Amino acid sequence: MRNVCALFKREFASYFATPLAFVFIVIFLILTGAFTFFLGGFYERGQADLAPFFNYHPWLYLFLMPALSMRLWAEERKSGTIELLMTLPVTLWQAVLGKFLAAWAFAGVALALTFPMWITVNYLGDPDNGTIVGAYIGSFLMAGGFLAVGSCLSAATRNQVIAFILTAVLCLFFFLLTGFGPVINVFSGWLPQTIVDALASLSFLTHFTSVAKGVIDLRDLLYFATLIVVWLAATAIVLEMKKAD
Amino acid sequence: MIEINHLTKRYGPLTAVDDISFQVAPGEVLGFLGPNGAGKSTTMKMITGFLAPTSGSIRVCGHDVDSAPIAAKACMGYLPEGAPAYAEMNVRAFLDFIADIRELTADRRRSRLDDVIGRLALGSVLDQAIETLSKGFKRRVGLAQALLHDPPVLILDEPTDGLDPNQKHEVRTLINAMAKDKIIVISTHILEEVDAVCNRAIIIANGRILADDTPQQLAARAPSGRLDDVFRTITTQGAVAHA
Repeated sequence: MRNVCALFKREFASYFATPLAFVFIVIFLILTGAFTFFLGGFYERGQADLAPFFNYHPWLYLFLMPALSMRLWAEERKSGTIELLMTLPVTLWQAVLGKFLAAWAFAGVALALTFPMWITVNYLGDPDNGTIVGAYIGSFLMAGGFLAVGSCLSAATRNQVIAFILTAVLCLFFFLLTGFGPVINVFSGWLPQTIVDALASLSFLTHFTSVAKGVIDLRDLLYFATLIVVWLAATAIVLEMKKAD
Repeated sequence: MIEINHLTKRYGPLTAVDDISFQVAPGEVLGFLGPNGAGKSTTMKMITGFLAPTSGSIRVCGHDVDSAPIAAKACMGYLPEGAPAYAEMNVRAFLDFIADIRELTADRRRSRLDDVIGRLALGSVLDQAIETLSKGFKRRVGLAQALLHDPPVLILDEPTDGLDPNQKHEVRTLINAMAKDKIIVISTHILEEVDAVCNRAIIIANGRILADDTPQQLAARAPSGRLDDVFRTITTQGAVAHA
């Protein structure tokens, strides 16, 4: 635990050592705002809730989360610090976990800084704050899912751009489109319903949407927890296999 | 004590390290010599637990590197080739991170940090980002990191590479000062360095040990009495015999 803490601290601080933290947070806030007010029609809907804000999170995360996760391991490999890290008395699991938690906590900070949105909607009307809290939790969990996938793909390469693209593409096809209405409709035309349902149940979208409605179901939480653990385990396996490449 | 038994590392068809065995006792400063690609770095990466050997075993301070890696790593300080360090961190934050991982606390932490910062003359760059440092300072930060927990075993891969003559001299003085009760393994292809700091030299080429002796005894093998001549004779013969 001490080691995870030390690794977490170092990694978390490293986001702020470069303009990355600042750029990321500013872009994140601008985009969430733009999506909410322009695409989501926050005012025009005339409803006091944050649905137009949260609805676009999966699509925003699709390219913002890989930008956070791409450096996790690719940079260690490229700069050779992976050799330093792996010869310190830390286990592979501590390293994988410490780094992932740092990225996740950073995403959490960015998400938390959207609080003016929540204040706005409370000022304008009388929203269901329980639903909003649920949606925040769901969004945070989904960010963790993206980051865990990104951690694994970052471990597989020394090139951050490749890590970014692979993560975005994989998440798009396996975790977003599989739960996206129009795509499901196309597939249900020529695939058995059970397979379509199975695919949809693996999707971030399906689980995020249900949590974002304010229904915190144990199955959705379990889905994200399992997903994160599985992808972190895959990260450790990939690192173990090709530590020195 | 480092005990290496029948260590072999293969990368596909290439054998980088070919069945080598040796032991190093406290007080020994072992110079690992060999042409580029001889297997020096690969051997060091296996001793420090970064690479897993294809076969053979390594024990450091009584801990098997394969079955008890954390205990073995805790008693080693390692300077990897090229002295990698987190570029965006400043020197102080980097050494603090290493101190955290090495579980140094309170007074001991302070005294160890003061000691390495003093010994390696890092006082003037503590608040500078590592990426902005000169090659010499980067190397010294790497050494500071390896020495921080005062380990009984030091593995230094080309510790003086890229340093100017004065800095080389300082690093050698540092190694000599620590040599008494530690095990120090350094790899180098600078032969004068072996004369200056080592009391034992192993010449390795094509993954095999070709000579293991004191630098003086090795030098005496050539009619000229010079270590470079011995090195050339041994390593080129080895290559011919291997081919």
